Amino acid sequence: MMQPELRTPAVDVDSIAHEARLYSLWETAPGLKGFLSSVDHKTIGIRYIVTAFVFLALGGVEALVIRLQLAGPNLTLLTPSEYNQFFSTHGMTMIFLYAAPVLSGFSNYLWPLLLGSRDMAFPRLNALSYWIYLAAGLFLYAGFLTGNGPNDGWFNYVPYASRDFNPGLNQDFYALGMVFLGVSTTVGSANFVVTAFRTRAPGMSINRIPIMVWGTLTASVANLLVVPAVSLAFFMLWMDRQFGTHFFDPAGGGQPLLWQHLFWIFGHPWVYAIVLPAMGMVSDGLPVFCRRPVVGYSLVALATVATMILGFGVWVHHMFATGLPGLGLSFFSGASIVIVLPSAVAVFAWLATIWLGRPVITTAFLFFSSMILLFVIGGVSGFMTASVPVDWQLTDTYFVVAHLHYVLIGINVFPVVGALYFWFPKMTGRMLDEKLGRWNFWIMFIGFNLAFLPMHLTGLLGMPRRVYTYAANGGWGTLNLITSIGSFLFAAGVLLLLINVMKSLKSGAAAGRNPWDAPTLEWAVSSPPPPYNFAVIPTVASRHPLWEGRLGTEGDRSSLDRGMLLVEGKETIGTSGLDADPDMVLKMSKDSFAPISLAAGMSVLFTGLLLKLWALAIVGAVICTMALIAWFWPLHELREREAPHG
Amino acid sequence: MAETLLSRPENLPVGPTGRQGVGWWGVSTLVVSEAALFAYLLFAYFYTGATAPRGWLLESAPRLQVALPNTVMLLVSSLAVFWAERGLMKGRRGQTLAALGVAFVLGAAFVVLQCVEWRGKPYRLGDSSEASLYFVTTGMHAAHVVVGLVALAALSCWTALNYFSARRRMAVAAVALYWHFVNVISVCVFLTYYVTPYLGFGR
Repeated sequence: MMQPELRTPAVDVDSIAHEARLYSLWETAPGLKGFLSSVDHKTIGIRYIVTAFVFLALGGVEALVIRLQLAGPNLTLLTPSEYNQFFSTHGMTMIFLYAAPVLSGFSNYLWPLLLGSRDMAFPRLNALSYWIYLAAGLFLYAGFLTGNGPNDGWFNYVPYASRDFNPGLNQDFYALGMVFLGVSTTVGSANFVVTAFRTRAPGMSINRIPIMVWGTLTASVANLLVVPAVSLAFFMLWMDRQFGTHFFDPAGGGQPLLWQHLFWIFGHPWVYAIVLPAMGMVSDGLPVFCRRPVVGYSLVALATVATMILGFGVWVHHMFATGLPGLGLSFFSGASIVIVLPSAVAVFAWLATIWLGRPVITTAFLFFSSMILLFVIGGVSGFMTASVPVDWQLTDTYFVVAHLHYVLIGINVFPVVGALYFWFPKMTGRMLDEKLGRWNFWIMFIGFNLAFLPMHLTGLLGMPRRVYTYAANGGWGTLNLITSIGSFLFAAGVLLLLINVMKSLKSGAAAGRNPWDAPTLEWAVSSPPPPYNFAVIPTVASRHPLWEGRLGTEGDRSSLDRGMLLVEGKETIGTSGLDADPDMVLKMSKDSFAPISLAAGMSVLFTGLLLKLWALAIVGAVICTMALIAWFWPLHELREREAPHG
Repeated sequence: MAETLLSRPENLPVGPTGRQGVGWWGVSTLVVSEAALFAYLLFAYFYTGATAPRGWLLESAPRLQVALPNTVMLLVSSLAVFWAERGLMKGRRGQTLAALGVAFVLGAAFVVLQCVEWRGKPYRLGDSSEASLYFVTTGMHAAHVVVGLVALAALSCWTALNYFSARRRMAVAAVALYWHFVNVISVCVFLTYYVTPYLGFGR
């Protein structure tokens, strides 16, 4: 039978028979088969979030060990080389294995629901990005657990990372693990970009998408452009160490500063990539508790993009002390100061939203609003170090450590925990406990500030970072003790979050569809959502489809109950990039073993490279090739090829 | 009164047709990322060369006898892939198969000649930073050609199975995009490593 090439999608309201048919099309098989082959974005999103929180806990425990070592002068809990591995692994874990993946998790879970779609544009690619993330995380931790963790800080400067000074497998684990992880980030980013431009609900034009989508989209475009820089740098480092190349070795005409350039060309945009989606969470979540739309939507969206564009041109501010020409330093100093402007736009938009709204104080609101304060503190200390002479005084001291923790914990962890309080009901159907939530918030907030506010002073008093201990006569002992106490208090707060999650999963209050009375599409479906998300494809007429009645919106209303059924196979609607006019019916791939096979093949390949077992590497490459051919085999059911003849 | 807006689309294509479909977008994003990778590789060359002492360049006049025709050959293979897609659009399967075959042979010959070129170099990978950059950059490019060859082989197989038509040819369109990209990169690599020495860079 010839398949129709064109079809006018049927439009109707939802029905029981329709939902039953959708269930049969979209539901993942039970048992191990479904577990290994699922491509459901909600499953993948939750896996991302859970895995990222496990890494957060691991990185947190490492931090506590570090803080015990530094609680007083001349302590000997860790040897210097153990200390190197602990602080480096702590940085690697938090920045690469927690901060970015947790945001990918939230975006994976939420995007199709926010966008009125049934899955990400490439469901199998989504599964692949998770499996590679998991495999690369295990690969990197295999190094740490065998005493071969990274030991040169997360940014891993040469020459200390070179073989002459670092003969063990530590740097090989780190280098290959980072190249491996880069594949996950890249394919995940490609998926976000295409999803944002091609799978929005009809009518959700580019000026109606939630700010969080702007944040993750901007971060994803940046990742596509900058992740290759760090993958290349780590690949070159591995070549230098194992094959005698001279990329970073001055004796062979190499350039050690090339490492720093490549690393920070990646590293600084990456810093924005791990905060912009979290700022988006605040821009979307905070207004719900202020009972009004965010103030200055267009400005906040444009500020997001502007931050990233400027963010490409500030990497040298990490290298002010390397002896680069003064004119170059001035340019990068100027750019680093100008980047304050779009950040300030966002801050004032949030403040205005609280000011002009009627705030409802919930735990999520506390986390979102406290982020504004922490962001300002971290932003101002960043602004200070953007000035070259100030940076020369403060670089490599604890001042910078305080700054980066205010930025990363303040703009990533606090919004993420707020987002968990906000969207946990959607993901599980149960509310998190608000009373425990208050304890959770205040202990984290007080613990964090107790730990890191005095650390600015530690830095100003000249204590260098990355050193395993300090002398008693420097006057740093009391401040360090306070920081250590604060860090344990902060950890206790995080533990309360964990307890709250465990408790609420069992006995939390039922959430219903829209417990916060929020305006966007994810709250229009049941909690947790069915496998197909939307029984009928919604049509969107404004930024706040669920608030249209009360905002006094003139003109068209969104249609949530009546829309395209799209039930002739696993389908969703493809729409045009800017206006979101329907332009094709997308055939979505079914659950597949290709992603996990490819990730397994890559694990074998990278293990072979690490151990220089070339036969093993070739086996891995063959598995990868076979998995890719199976993946791309044109399927008739996806309309990738013609119907068989005869 | 507010109207309820409802999208009532007309006849829509089902699944990827021609170049219209998410697959095309997906390959485009990956091409952007791969292009960035080569930009950083070439940046590494120019940055290292520009900051090195005089006499960094190992060969101030590299031989072009193999590299130039090899690069041109790869560009011709791009034409062949273009021709293969045209064949599908006009319903000429034989033309598609022949063109894919020509592209594969030219690509494979490129890889062989690249190995010949490497053997003919008076320096080796570990001799200096320039040697390292040369072998790793051309090696990275050759690896991309090999990936393209596997893809061309798969396309030939699928074309022989009569999977594609003027309408359903996303796999061909996507591989063609990748192949053209790899060939543009070969021109950039050639200009960097074989032409700029004649212009005096890094001497």
